[in-house]
Amino acid sequence: MSAELTGAEIVVQALIDQGVEVVFGYPGGAVLPIYDALFAQQRIRHILVRHEQAAVHAAEGYARSSGKVGVVLVTSGPGATNAVTGITDAMMDSVPLVVITGQVPTHLIGTDAFQECDTVGITRHCSKHNYLVKETARLGAVLHEAFYIARSGRPGPVVIDIPKDVQIMRARYAKPGVVGHKTYKPQVKGDLASIEAAVEMLAAAERPILYIGGGIINSGPVASQLLRDIAKLTGAPVTSTLMGLGAVPNDHPQFLGMLGMHGSYEANMAMNRCDLMLCLGARFDDRVTGRLDAFSPHSKKIHVDIDRTSINKTVRVDLGIVGDVGGVMEDMIKVWRARGHKAVDLEQWWSDIRGWRARDSFGFAQKGKELLPQHAIKRLYEATRAQKPIISTEVGQHQMWAAQHFGFDAPNKWLTSGGLGTMGYGLPAAIGAQIANPGALVIDIAGEASIQMNIQELGTASQYRLPVKVFIINNEYMGMVRQWQELNHGSRYSESYSDSLPDFVKLAEAYGWKGIVIEDADGLDAGIAAMLAHDGPVMVDCRVAKLANCFPMIPSGAAHTDMILEAGDAQGERDEDAKALV
Amino acid sequence: MKHLPSERHTLSILVDNESGVLARIVGLFSARGYNIDSLTVADVSGDHAVSRITVVTNGPPPVIEQIIAQLDRLVPVHRVLDLTALGPHVEREMALVKVAGTGASRDEALRLADIFRARPVDTTTGSFVFEVSGPTSKVDQFIALMREVGLVEVARTGVVAIARGAEAV
Repeated sequence: MSAELTGAEIVVQALIDQGVEVVFGYPGGAVLPIYDALFAQQRIRHILVRHEQAAVHAAEGYARSSGKVGVVLVTSGPGATNAVTGITDAMMDSVPLVVITGQVPTHLIGTDAFQECDTVGITRHCSKHNYLVKETARLGAVLHEAFYIARSGRPGPVVIDIPKDVQIMRARYAKPGVVGHKTYKPQVKGDLASIEAAVEMLAAAERPILYIGGGIINSGPVASQLLRDIAKLTGAPVTSTLMGLGAVPNDHPQFLGMLGMHGSYEANMAMNRCDLMLCLGARFDDRVTGRLDAFSPHSKKIHVDIDRTSINKTVRVDLGIVGDVGGVMEDMIKVWRARGHKAVDLEQWWSDIRGWRARDSFGFAQKGKELLPQHAIKRLYEATRAQKPIISTEVGQHQMWAAQHFGFDAPNKWLTSGGLGTMGYGLPAAIGAQIANPGALVIDIAGEASIQMNIQELGTASQYRLPVKVFIINNEYMGMVRQWQELNHGSRYSESYSDSLPDFVKLAEAYGWKGIVIEDADGLDAGIAAMLAHDGPVMVDCRVAKLANCFPMIPSGAAHTDMILEAGDAQGERDEDAKALV
Repeated sequence: MKHLPSERHTLSILVDNESGVLARIVGLFSARGYNIDSLTVADVSGDHAVSRITVVTNGPPPVIEQIIAQLDRLVPVHRVLDLTALGPHVEREMALVKVAGTGASRDEALRLADIFRARPVDTTTGSFVFEVSGPTSKVDQFIALMREVGLVEVARTGVVAIARGAEAV
């Protein structure tokens, strides 16, 4: 039967019993007993990051690229507060994590002890759930429950704060059987009558569109396949949010590309003109909808989401279905087939779409030596596509260009901070993805500003000999900030120039990486080839046109039909209402 | 949605009686900009496992719907009941009302209290503390009258509410 273990041993044993293979973390005073217990075992690998924020992003990259729960271990006080950005990021993007934080011993809680902070208070609203465990005997059950909560329903981060004395005290531990929660039982199975109604609406539509999001990715690879089946059965066009990219192959004939603020003209026009919108695992984010009162004014809307709060939150829908999107799609296909529905003739609808597509809204013309960032990303895609790379990004123009010009053909290959928009996400996420996928080509498409937000993680990649590639789209500006300053603030570049940049090649070399500079368009292909030829980590400083901007663009607060397609349309000063929007 | 008229709703929330649960509920309201008109909380189970929180809130119907969904999503929340939507229910609150004065105003305070079935629970030669209970409107009305006869201070419980009929929620 179960012997008495220390709290720290219970933590490690529970992780092992959960099948955890990797923990991302950073030691400190209040977690030393757990680090000691890790030291005594061989099952779990610990990846030592250089900053706790990066531990969380690495666990996110690990989780998103593998479908497993990411695990983080950090100390109290600054360890926990540094992790908060990552925890919030995981909350916004529905990434399953268990974050274990050390805490000062129970008798010191509330005394402003050294490295004390109110971790459960601070993380209460940026985690899916959190615990302060005050009794060692509760630890095992809490650990297992945390994994259940992190991965059930809409996934998210769960924080477990463990005072140091609780790690030291002993209690019995036994591996539990089925783990659940006495009241938290999210609805997974969609209501069948609603699913039948949805199928009838879909079958009757003349201008349907499938608007899909990260829920498809979170539902597992089967969901991506089911989505392709629905697309085939209905013949409907498909558009994806930033988080859903990869669910449908980029070159699928029915795929219109990403929608929203920097989405394609055809995707946004189709959203505006459709008569039936089937939203699958997306949440009508403001980047997607633009001006709400002008959003898809003539459509019936069906929304499938595992999180009931997403339904009718910002956009009123005609039919809401709470459930796992994979299961709901499976039921929809069954009903569609059982009722003998055939794809409706959508020729007029596709003819409209072909007209919008002909605008070639992602088009660009690479001429001469000055390298366009879009061209750099397109060539990177073409050079690596066969290797099925995993791509992470930082946040800004390069992120949007990557979403537009790097084609994603499969789920779990695209790691980006969508909801929170966290600069500094990409490098640690790439590290986590490389740990989960040792043989894969993992590239962080970065900007020269964002990469500096977690640049210290170069050391982590070196330590674990991870061959991650960082491809910096270097335009010497916080490009998206500058773009908004051009659009809204009379091109006054307040603090958006990246002054005093490091020599990225020397910096890479200082960390034991290979550094490469791509000076201009002529050197692009050779630079990419040299990056791919090196079997260790490589940082590429790719110098691109300094003032290129990301188009098309729907300005904040504008309607889908008010897209800016050309740079010339995007200069000047906007009114106060527009300036107030993000 | 913002331009729809506001409605007052009384919600009953059954939660795990654990540390931090009230902070989760209250924090959700403040983080998402929902209103709390009143809030009460107490342990209601034999084994101290479940607390019942009564929140009176107001907002347009889609906001009320969102508040309920958001509350329901919290892990320690067992059930959320919109008593206003569910139909007939009883709402009560209690107030302790301190009134100071002598002579005619003191006599008048006592007479008014009697009409409202408010009970003096503390008396000095110059003051009363009345206990009054009933629907919010009655308590409001009593306090308004006491203002004219020497109101000193008020403590109110906020609304507690329960559905009519034989069944438990």
